[in-house]
Amino acid sequence: MAETINSFQVRLGGEAGQGVESGGAGFARAVMRAGLHCFGLQDYMSRIRGGHNFYQIRVDEAPLYTFDDTLHLLLAFNTETVDLHWHDLTEGGGILHDTAVKVPDGELGEKGVRDFSMPLTKIAEQEGGHKIMMNTAAIGAMAGLTSFPFESIADVIESNFKRKGADTVKNNLRVAEVAYRDAQEQYGSDFPWKLSAVPGAPKRMMMNGNQAIAMGALAAGCKFISTYPMTPASTITEWLAAHAARFGIVQKQTEDEIAAILMAVGAAHAGVRAMTASSGGGFCLMVETLGLAAMTETPLVIAEVQRSGPSTGLPTRTEQSDLEFVLYASHGEFPRIVIAPGTIEQCFEAGHRAFNLADKYQTPVIILSDLYLSNAIRTVEMEAIDFSQVTIDRGELLDYAALDQITEGYVRHRPTESGVSPRAIPGHPNAVYITTGDEHTAVGHNTEESDDRIEQMDKRMRKQERAAQEMRLPVWYGPDTADVTLVGWGGTYGALREATDLLNAQGVSSNFLQFVDIFPLDEDRITAELGKITRMIVVEQNFTGQLAHVLRGLTGRKADLRVNKYDGRPISPDEVVAAVLDRSTSGGTVRISGSQSGEGTHV
Amino acid sequence: MSDLKIFNGGQKSTWCPGCGDFGILAALKQALAGLDLHPHEVLLVSGIGCGSKLPHYMKANGYNSIHGRALPVAQGIKLANHDLKVIAVTGDGDGYGIGQGHFVHAMRRNADITHIVENNQVYGLTKGQYSPTSERGYISSFSPEGAIEFAINPIALALSAGATFIARASAADPKHMNAVLQAAITHRGYSIVDCLQPCVTYNKLNTYDWYRQRSYKVEEEPDYDRTNRDHVWAKAQEWGDRIPIGILYEDTERPFRSWRTRGPFLSAETCSS
Repeated sequence: MAETINSFQVRLGGEAGQGVESGGAGFARAVMRAGLHCFGLQDYMSRIRGGHNFYQIRVDEAPLYTFDDTLHLLLAFNTETVDLHWHDLTEGGGILHDTAVKVPDGELGEKGVRDFSMPLTKIAEQEGGHKIMMNTAAIGAMAGLTSFPFESIADVIESNFKRKGADTVKNNLRVAEVAYRDAQEQYGSDFPWKLSAVPGAPKRMMMNGNQAIAMGALAAGCKFISTYPMTPASTITEWLAAHAARFGIVQKQTEDEIAAILMAVGAAHAGVRAMTASSGGGFCLMVETLGLAAMTETPLVIAEVQRSGPSTGLPTRTEQSDLEFVLYASHGEFPRIVIAPGTIEQCFEAGHRAFNLADKYQTPVIILSDLYLSNAIRTVEMEAIDFSQVTIDRGELLDYAALDQITEGYVRHRPTESGVSPRAIPGHPNAVYITTGDEHTAVGHNTEESDDRIEQMDKRMRKQERAAQEMRLPVWYGPDTADVTLVGWGGTYGALREATDLLNAQGVSSNFLQFVDIFPLDEDRITAELGKITRMIVVEQNFTGQLAHVLRGLTGRKADLRVNKYDGRPISPDEVVAAVLDRSTSGGTVRISGSQSGEGTHV
Repeated sequence: MSDLKIFNGGQKSTWCPGCGDFGILAALKQALAGLDLHPHEVLLVSGIGCGSKLPHYMKANGYNSIHGRALPVAQGIKLANHDLKVIAVTGDGDGYGIGQGHFVHAMRRNADITHIVENNQVYGLTKGQYSPTSERGYISSFSPEGAIEFAINPIALALSAGATFIARASAADPKHMNAVLQAAITHRGYSIVDCLQPCVTYNKLNTYDWYRQRSYKVEEEPDYDRTNRDHVWAKAQEWGDRIPIGILYEDTERPFRSWRTRGPFLSAETCSS
């Protein structure tokens, strides 16, 4: 088989605690430092130890936005991994494993899959002195198999184990080196997918969506985050907590999500940029306070990182089933803004832009992400996360210096043309005021009068009308005109982008429309955008097709086809392509069954 | 001491004539003036209920939140701006019922706020249902055969949850309440003042006379040591024929330092940056 350079995908699988995550992360870091682009997908279960976990890493010279269904190598830390995943290997691919792991010999040969059995544990014990270094041996062997420069692996081993002392570094390096050499000698010529460093490639970073949201918040000057732990939102708090002391951020773990959002409301009312974060279940508890924030015109940022529902659902699996929930959550009517980033770069932007929008409209802004986007890692260019490009716009905020100049009595909820009333930081003698979740007069006292109600309701809703004009149009990808338009939002971005490329390569003229700004939307402008579409295929990771429903409600445009996946596994570009080709003319809904964990049936 | 009148203002009250909330409002204004505070230095956070309307009936900063939720808002405000005197005002249903989760955690955090509980042992605004502090057997529209639950003991609960200042006052004695509130607001750390008050419309049992006949001041008991948790625990069990009021517990050892170092100090300057 002819060699393929720098287009490679590997899946590492095993029990939690066997080093799948650390091995995968280490390998990803090594390929990034060698100048390659990398996309990493983690799949884990809701337990601390045991169970089955895998980490899939795709490597290329070109930027990557998604995994795909072509698997070249399976690095199996246990027999279960072989059984679950080997069917996904492409012809000529192989299973790299310790001799203790069993593989179905006969069947592998029939499918053209290679068996790369190696004494990885023995190498760890003999060369390193402990079997715990087995995953180092495995990474070394994988590098040998792909002829990936050993220095890049050695570099990461050194930085990973530096804290544990020189002996640990030395032992791990020896283990990796022996495994590298043995794998290359024994199997190197049987494995055609090779990796080589890209000379002169720019330095890049690797991060996931939640880290990017947290960095965006930091860049925006967020000074307060109060949260309750919940997968998959917790890593936003964890990142800010780790940097809180350095950047002067107050980070509080609260007794529940109700307190989490309330504390953030309190901090925001006092004048600092404040946020909370949770997943759908936690957001359920926040809903009453969402209305309070809107009623008291308190700027607030909420990151809602979706996972499979309802109830506890699939706690470690992805889904996009909270869109209509966040659009309508809480009783009564009030302005809110919802943005749904789909890439790391968009997560960073959403992280800081949300604070500007919240301050500008003095109302809650929800960043709607999903589990897949939150923990899939990707190499990004250094300039993608550029704090110097972030502008901070606090809107009509009266700080103490501004309040010094006030001559007339301060009216917190003064009706204005824009609906936005200058907001005073409490604590200044010129602006002693009250506000309330009750309907209130302009000065913030309770009222039940019809005139007051209409005045304040109109004022608040004017903010939403205005925001609808400011919100951005959906983003096009691919040719200007096409026979097929894929429409999506959130974490499916990578799959839809790549599916568009694949469809065009196969002669199906396609493009892709991504909604980032999702609420409020301007009816006329969105109707015009959707008017450019010939065949509208809305792809979502939910059962009911929520974006399709929202767009139809807004514009009357019905999706020609809906493609939905709701098994908790991320959708792949190949699955999208298969669904589009299978239903090239008919309408209705395609529900994708099977997943990339072996069942593999499309459509 | 500032002029009491600077705290006058706000809306006309909707409280029933004779409501115990009037006494609490008067005592709070006296306490703030007594501490030489000014309206802009104070931020009152309330929940929902008759008593939670209090911030509307005086002049000071206010945030009238939702039912049961005053305490987390108050903590968020205090964390963001330590310069403000943050006082949470809730009722008994508000603070001890729907908001009890927040109540317990605010105490174990030792948040530097004062919590005034207007405890009239009934849900007034929703027309007379039994509250967490209603006597067992209390008959109401939601308990026509009498409440089967035992009443909460807020003093014992606060002691076990880690409150560093626990007091009880009576709306029948606003002068004493003023002194207790001043001590509570001065305390660095979480302070609770359980304010006994009648609901003249719905609670026909716990009237001004009922409280007057039973309450006595712990300050007048020479052997009572409010820093001794055993003394406090025993005192917390007294209810019925004799009801202790005054500063029941004070811990100046543990307070506040831990709370303050939990996060950096954010001031109004930070707020405006």
